[in-house]
Formats: sequence, C-alpha cells, structure tokens
Amino acid sequence: MKKMSFSFSGILYISRIFFVIFFGLLFLLQSCRKKEEDKNKGKIKVGLVFDAAGKDDKSFNTASWVGASRAKEDFNIVLKDVEPGEPSAIEPSIRILAEQGFDLIIGVGFGNKPYIEEVSKEYPELKFAIVDVEVKGDNVASILFEEHQGAFLVGMIAAGVSKTGKIGFVGGMDIPLIHRFYEGYKAGALYINPKVEVYEGYAGVTLDAWNDPTKGKEIALAQYSRGADVVYAAAGATGLGVFDAAEEVKKFVIGNDSNQNYLKPGYVLTSMLKKVDVAVYQIIKDVVQGNFKPGIHKFDLKNKGLDYAIDDYNRNLIPESLILKVEKAKQDIIKGKLKVPDYYEKISRNAEHK
Amino acid sequence: MKKYLKEILFLLISICGAFFISGLIILFSGEHPSEVFSIFIEGIFGSTEGILYTLFFSTPLIFTGLSVAFALKGGLFNIGAEGQLYIGSMAAAFVGFTLVNFPPVVLIPLTILVSIIGGGLWGSIAGFLKAKFGSHEVINTIMLNFIAISLVGYLSSGPFKNPGDQIPQTPLISESARIPEIHTIFPAFPETVPLNISFFIAIFSAIFAYVLLKYTKLGYEIRSVGFNPDASRLSGISLIKINLLTMFISGAFAGMVSINEVLGYRYRFLNNFSPGYGYFGIAVALLGKNHPLGVIASAIFFGAISRGGLLVDIHSDRISRDVIFVIQGIIILFVISRELMSVIAKRKKYTAL
Repeated sequence: MKKMSFSFSGILYISRIFFVIFFGLLFLLQSCRKKEEDKNKGKIKVGLVFDAAGKDDKSFNTASWVGASRAKEDFNIVLKDVEPGEPSAIEPSIRILAEQGFDLIIGVGFGNKPYIEEVSKEYPELKFAIVDVEVKGDNVASILFEEHQGAFLVGMIAAGVSKTGKIGFVGGMDIPLIHRFYEGYKAGALYINPKVEVYEGYAGVTLDAWNDPTKGKEIALAQYSRGADVVYAAAGATGLGVFDAAEEVKKFVIGNDSNQNYLKPGYVLTSMLKKVDVAVYQIIKDVVQGNFKPGIHKFDLKNKGLDYAIDDYNRNLIPESLILKVEKAKQDIIKGKLKVPDYYEKISRNAEHK
Repeated sequence: MKKYLKEILFLLISICGAFFISGLIILFSGEHPSEVFSIFIEGIFGSTEGILYTLFFSTPLIFTGLSVAFALKGGLFNIGAEGQLYIGSMAAAFVGFTLVNFPPVVLIPLTILVSIIGGGLWGSIAGFLKAKFGSHEVINTIMLNFIAISLVGYLSSGPFKNPGDQIPQTPLISESARIPEIHTIFPAFPETVPLNISFFIAIFSAIFAYVLLKYTKLGYEIRSVGFNPDASRLSGISLIKINLLTMFISGAFAGMVSINEVLGYRYRFLNNFSPGYGYFGIAVALLGKNHPLGVIASAIFFGAISRGGLLVDIHSDRISRDVIFVIQGIIILFVISRELMSVIAKRKKYTAL
C-alpha cells in the first residue's frame, strides 16, 4: 500500500512538470503567430489539393504544382498545397481550405470531383477550379484537355520507332479518361503502321491505381516480354514503375503529362505533354487579375495545351522523317482535317443507342 | 474513486508527454512548437466550426472504438472493424438506393438495421470460427478485412456503380433514407459542418454497451468469458453462443459507422471512404481503457487531433498532416508503456513477497 501512494505522488510531480512545460510552450510564441498573419494580409490565397498520387509523381500532379509555384513567383499570392496521400483524406483538405477562406481552391484530378461539387455549393463566395472533369457551378472553373489529340501524336512516334510492330500502353485507373488516352494512342499508332499490335493494361479500378509503381512495373514487364518495345505510361505515379521496367529491359517508354524525358535518359522516347501547369497558372492569373470565368476551359493542340516533348534527352532517338510526319499530323488535327477518335464521344454515342 | 482519478491522471500525463515529444519533433523540423500547438488548439476550440468538426470526426471513431472495446470485454481481439464497417455501409447504401419509394419513417430504421446486421454478420464469421474450431480471431478478422474491402470494391466499381462516374461509388441513396444534419435541428450552428445526428446515436450506443455489459445476464456472461473462458464453460456458459454474440455485437457497432458516413454525410457508398477508422478504433479503445464511456472521451480526443492536424497542415509550411499520426502513435506508446509499468510493478510486488 505504501508503494502505491508513493508512485501516486510521483505521478503528480511528473505531471506538474509536464503541464508547466506544455503551457509554457503554448504561451511563449503566441505573438509570433500574429506577425505571420499580418504578413499575409490582403494577399490572394490559393489552395491546391493533389490527388492520391501526390505532389511528387513527376507527372500530372507535379505539373500542376509547377504551374502554381510559377504563379506564386509572378503574383503576390499565398500558396498552400495539400497532399491527401489517400483518397479518403481529399475531402477534409478541401473543406478546411474553404473554411479558412482560401480565395481559390484547385482540385487536381477527377478524384476531387464530388468534394468540389459539394463544397463549392456551400461556399458560393469562394472560387474553385478542377482539372480533368467538369463540375457545374457559378464559382467553378473546369479545366479540360483533349487528351486523345496528344496521345495520337505519341502513338505515331511509338509505332514509327517500334521495330517489332508491337507497342504497349499502361494506364492508371481503368476509367473513361484513360481509355481516351488509349484510343488516341492506338489510332495514332495505326495511322503510321496499320499492322501494329497494341497491348493494353490498367493498374486498377480504384484511386489507389494512380500510386502503385510496383504494379505499373509488373504490367510493363509483361508487355515488354510479349514483344512490345515501346510502352506508353499514362498512370500518374504508377507510371514511374514503367520507367524502371524500361530501363531494366533496355526498351523504350513514353512519359505523360509532364516532360519526363529526363527520368531515364536514353530510354524515354518522348513525353506527351498535358500542360496542366499552363492551365493552373492561367486560372490563378485570372483570379488575381479579377477576371475569373466559371465554366469549361478547354485545352488542346491548337492553344498549345497539349504537345509532345522533344529535347536534348530524346532528340537522337526519333528519326527526322518521323518528326516531320508527326508535325504534319499535328497541323492537320489543328485544322480539323484529321479527326482523332474520342472515347468520350464513343461512350455518349453508345449511351444514345441504348 | 481514487482508482479512476489515477487512471485519468495517467492518461493526462501520457497525452502531455506525447505532445512534449512531438514538440521536439516539430522543433527539429524547423518550426516553433508553440506556434504549431497554438494553431492546433485554436483550430479545435477557437470556433464553433472547430468544435463541431471535432465531434464530426469523432463519430465514426466512437463506433469503431466501441466495436473493439466490446470484443475485448469478451476476450476477443477484433481487428476486423474496418471490414465490418465497409460491409455494413455497403448494405446500408444498397438498401438506401434500391428502396427509393419508402417513407423516411420506415427507410431510416431499416437502413440502420441493415447496416447493423451486415457488420454483425461479418463480425460473427470470425466469432463462429473461433468458437467452433478455435482458430484465432486476430488472424481471421484481418483476413476478413481484405475480403470485405475487395468485395465492396468490386460491388462499387461493378454492379452497383453509379453509371457515368469515373470514381467507384454507388448512386445516391433515397432522400428519405438520409438522416438530418445538426444545423436543421439547431439553426444557430453553421451549415457548412456536416455533423449529423449520428453523433447522438453513437453516444446512445456507448451507453447501451455500458448497460448491456454491466447490468444484464448476457453482459455478465460476456465479461465472464473474457476473464476466463474455461471457468465460464465449466459453470455452464455456452462458449459458442457467447463468442458468436460478442463478435456479432462488436461487428454491429462497426457497421453503424455507416449511419454517419452513408446516411448522414455522403449519401452514397464511396469506395475507400474510410481512412482506417477500424484500425484507429483499436487505439481509441486502448486509450479509453475498454470502457464504453471512456471510448467516447478518447474518440473525441482523437477527433480533435485530426481536426487540429488539418489546420496545422494548412497554416504551417514545414509540418504536414503526418505529424498528427506521429502524435497519435506516441500517445499510444505512452498508454501502452503505462500498462507495462503496472505489469512490472505487479511483478515486483510478487517477487518482494
């Protein structure tokens, strides 16, 4: 019994020390906080919420981050980015940004759709933007890309460079958006070589499929072993596994969204550029200058929202004659002479038939 | 009384100790701990929104905490709350979007009942295997988690998928299956916080669990099996029945997470909606000392940490949400070390004898 009471008073003693330290810490720098608030007063606050792949997927999310950071340098804004890490954490992040009065909240990727939809209604005074999917609302700008056009061009390059006549495609999540990439890619390949064989693979059906490099590598290795010598990775961070696979078997890979040519020099044939950075920069600029427009903002080959990357890393990998053909196709698409099959139109057509 | 006081004091020390160590971590990552903590505290208590969000985040944790705590009272370690809550939620969502024409008076109780039965049945699989074949419930519940998650993943991206959506999720449930948000009852509360009446259902469930365990014959039998299965069996308690029932009730509590997530908030089943509520439930039960009412307090505490963590993420440059996981981890370590301390103290006492 004596022992018990001893430990009891001992605990009291320790707890007193802890309390003193804890509250001492709290009081110590309350003033610092205020200073920071003053510094940021009057600036436009922009919040960027990535999808499950996160800021450093070197692809889609990285592109949006690059655009936003460029805007931060050019304009006097406060930029906060949130990496949810897992799909279930996206929503609280968007809500907290709205609650804290961020002027513009950008949801990167369609995974943000339900939350942007919901939160934008609850906070009509704030502005929202979302990439890759349309959200209706008077305060929401939807940034959409004509992905199939860009995929068509890299499909041409893939089929033009391939020696085996077999090429591969690794998609992230098995959804209409990625099928749109695939259809464009396949059409481009067939445009160059009508006999080309295209393998198709997806990493999964949930949002985690964007962040699974191991699986991406497995699928790519399987396609390489079936004879493909170029694989196109349209899979966010999952695509990084495809790059590893390409280096391992010493075959070609095509990057996506950002310029990924530098990742594995010599193995990266080219990258399809989906200029999310330009789009994000543009939206922030619009908000800063006060001419934010809700509705659809479309980016395609014509307004240089899409392109393919040629730089010092891959200039020697692609024959000159092929580049000329691709450039010609690009001009034809811009002028409307060449029609690239669009998966979205295909599914809406199918829906009508039903 | 003094025993309770001591327990609470120990917990407070654990929490303060955890904050102290996380303060050091924050210091090393280049921010001022006091600054970060003041954002943290202000985010939780500084506004009505903060407090309501805290309660909102704690609601699912009360359910899963109860689930784990209840099973532990019966001597079973339920790690399967995650799977059980998914099954319960899918069942509730299914009823919600198929029986569209039912009136709310019928549909709301029905969906709640279905989620209870769904979670309960999923939980009782492990209970049955334990009782019948003696296979360990820890392994079974973990394995059942994988099956449940894959199953609802298939259902929400296959047969029950909302047509036209790129994300795996079911269609919206019927308007009459939705339970009201708190601001419809108390108009003074802000509309932006999705807190709904499931919080009160959670509190009620905790009281129910407390009464059941403390004042009923079934509760006595469950606790008896928890203390000593062999003695209970010899005194005429059916182990099969009690193990099954314990896991059923435990799973039912987990399934009730859907009242908050499906009926009160998302109005649909969204694949992967849970950020690991089932696993947090273990920590909640541990911190709550497996006491149903302690679970409420510890769930609210964990809810507050999540809420504060979000604000820290937004308002500081170098600290991300992950620091919150570190704090949670350290608290759990402290709590466990307190258990360890008492074990060591006991052993010393025996050797002294």
